[in-house]
Amino acid sequence: MAAERRGKGPAARPLALTGARLLDPASGRDAPGGLLVVDGRIADLGPGLYGDGLAPELERIDCAGLCLAPGLVDIRTQLREPGEEHKETIATGSEAAAAGGITTMVCLPNTDPVIDSVAGVEFIARRARDARRAKVYCYGALTKGVEGKALVGIGLLAESGALALTDGLQAVANARTMLRALSYATAFDLLLIQHPEEPSLAASGAMIGGELATRLGLPGIPAAAEVILIERDLHLVAMTGARYHVAHVSTAAAIAAIARAKARGLHVTCDTAPPYFALNENEVGDYRTFAKLSPPLRSEADRRAVAAAVADGTIDCVASDHAPHDQESKRVPFIQAAPGVIRLETLLALVLELHHKGEGSLLALLRRVTAAPADLLRLPQGRLARGAPADLVLFDLDRPNRIAVERFRSKSKNSPFDGRPVQGRVLRTIVDGRTVFAADAPAR
Amino acid sequence: MTAADRPASFVYRRRHLLGIEGLTEGEIVGLLDLAESYVEQNRQTDKKRSLLRGRTLINLFFENSTRTRTSFELAGKRLGGDVINMSVAASSIKKGETLIDTAMTLNAMHPDVLVVRHPDSGAVNLLAQKVDCAVINGGDGSHEHPTQALLDALTIRRRRGRLEGLLVAVCGDILHSRVARSNIHLLGIMGARVRAIAPPTLLPAALDRLGVEVFTDMRRGLEGCDIVMMLRLQTERMQGSFVPSIREYFHFYGLDYDKLQVAKPDALIMHPGPMNRGIEIDSEVADDIDRSLIREQVEMGVAVRMACLDVLTRTLPPNLPVNGS
Repeated sequence: MAAERRGKGPAARPLALTGARLLDPASGRDAPGGLLVVDGRIADLGPGLYGDGLAPELERIDCAGLCLAPGLVDIRTQLREPGEEHKETIATGSEAAAAGGITTMVCLPNTDPVIDSVAGVEFIARRARDARRAKVYCYGALTKGVEGKALVGIGLLAESGALALTDGLQAVANARTMLRALSYATAFDLLLIQHPEEPSLAASGAMIGGELATRLGLPGIPAAAEVILIERDLHLVAMTGARYHVAHVSTAAAIAAIARAKARGLHVTCDTAPPYFALNENEVGDYRTFAKLSPPLRSEADRRAVAAAVADGTIDCVASDHAPHDQESKRVPFIQAAPGVIRLETLLALVLELHHKGEGSLLALLRRVTAAPADLLRLPQGRLARGAPADLVLFDLDRPNRIAVERFRSKSKNSPFDGRPVQGRVLRTIVDGRTVFAADAPAR
Repeated sequence: MTAADRPASFVYRRRHLLGIEGLTEGEIVGLLDLAESYVEQNRQTDKKRSLLRGRTLINLFFENSTRTRTSFELAGKRLGGDVINMSVAASSIKKGETLIDTAMTLNAMHPDVLVVRHPDSGAVNLLAQKVDCAVINGGDGSHEHPTQALLDALTIRRRRGRLEGLLVAVCGDILHSRVARSNIHLLGIMGARVRAIAPPTLLPAALDRLGVEVFTDMRRGLEGCDIVMMLRLQTERMQGSFVPSIREYFHFYGLDYDKLQVAKPDALIMHPGPMNRGIEIDSEVADDIDRSLIREQVEMGVAVRMACLDVLTRTLPPNLPVNGS
């Protein structure tokens, strides 16, 4: 902790990172080299950087040949503050993010109260400043109270720092409301994010419809609920020319629809989350509530389609979709259980899993969690470039380990990945030149 | 009968009875054979035995029930056990927290068997993970109702002498029915052919993957059937409109003599109760003493539940597989 405190002040010493494998998806760089941080920004980088030896005033971190990449930019998390601080807070979430190599995250407005006003956005900004680990931004709600009826002050929210607008966990059901929101948002060139699920088809469903749901006697949600809403929205996007982003895409049909829209030149992007390429519906097994998600886990065919689309870039970004829940929300009958799982501390390992399985190139996969989400939200981070914020993650690409929930910093423990063997471990996370996480430091 | 008189060949090696899916043919036959012996006992003047002396059975019902609860209560008492009934009104269950809390509270009182009914699928499995005693699923949501399937099987076997090769039609609200699922599993394991007959809106997805033939035309589905099992239209589980009207439902899917003509001439009719007369079954058909097995099903229910209580309370070696489904 002492080292971090020292880093905060304006008089922080320049930091030299030496002997790294520099990985920068934005420029395509994958080469050995060093990186120099001055005043919280990347001052220089490259293979010959320290050819003449280190100046004595530099603080030095020897990367020992390990991977140095831009810190992860996670565009979809729930931090439960304000309202449900017993599940997570911005402080604990920010600490968990740092442990997961995430240096920037954006939280959803589905809090209590809902972030649908300038005051709400400012509250998150203030709490984020106090947290001092990963950088925290937020989205504003698209409709008041995320009720899907009255639009929020779209321009004012954007001006106050909301990076985009979304009703988060709920789809905007009413087509006319969505049309007006898309239309109005074009005046501010603002991104709108949709939870892709036709609500009337998803209502009261607990998992994906099919054989397993039938056997378990659980109400199923038809897989087409996703593409139906997306297709509707794509027509509205074509009418308005708005910037539209689909959150956690999880079916082959939806991916195909988005690919077609991109080919037509619409401003459409999408993301997914690790469960949708790492797990399928069978995870529900014997009513495992940790496998209850919204949207639900899909068939194996859909899982493969999502993995392929992450690798080839049809899916632009991968977000953690972190959704912390306490025991009382999960240790209940499946139908009553709250959907969602925690993922901040497993995001990098599960993205790297695709690389280790030979399903995508390392730089392309890292791009989905760094440059691509940063570009989407027009943030300067997410790249190793002169002048960019020194938000970095140092990780061991190959080191095998098991995901161990008891070591997580997150307040909640609801992860379906507990015990999963993975390769790749975060060793150090740096935000604005400060080390905010180091693997060997004791947990809190 | 004392412990020594029990059929020696059959040992049920599970801690719980949570569902039919996953049971073996041997286990089902063993339970049915044992239940058969209790049918005779229940027809004697002195029905009381002492197999369960000193044991405590708790009926924990989170959903209304008359016949299942009474049937388990009688079964427990006839075997000499102490039986407690607990009804937890649905309105007082805020969340499953209460379910776990209730389970832990009861567990601390050292019951030997818990019979649990709950409106949510999987709730009984969850509860079974939290208690030390045997758990019998008395019906969970739309998932399973294993003792109902066993009593249906016993009823059929006594009338037809076998289950294998019979053609059984399961008709009506299959989507919401735990009885249908348990019966489909059981009849499949025992080698019967099963047809599911319902309007498309009351058929769960991928039902054919459970090994049944699916029909939406009742007249075609009933053709040549040995057994016709009707299901109750579960209006309380219906959110939204599954059938346009009761009148239309009865016209196309209600069992009456007219539709029954295409089944085998000696086809037998079953219903798990309680019946909606005039909705899924014509009153006359339901009361037809030559064809309706509905009252016999109730009688078999007590015997089957005695058999289940019997096998689950036998002292077995430790380290049994915990999985009871």
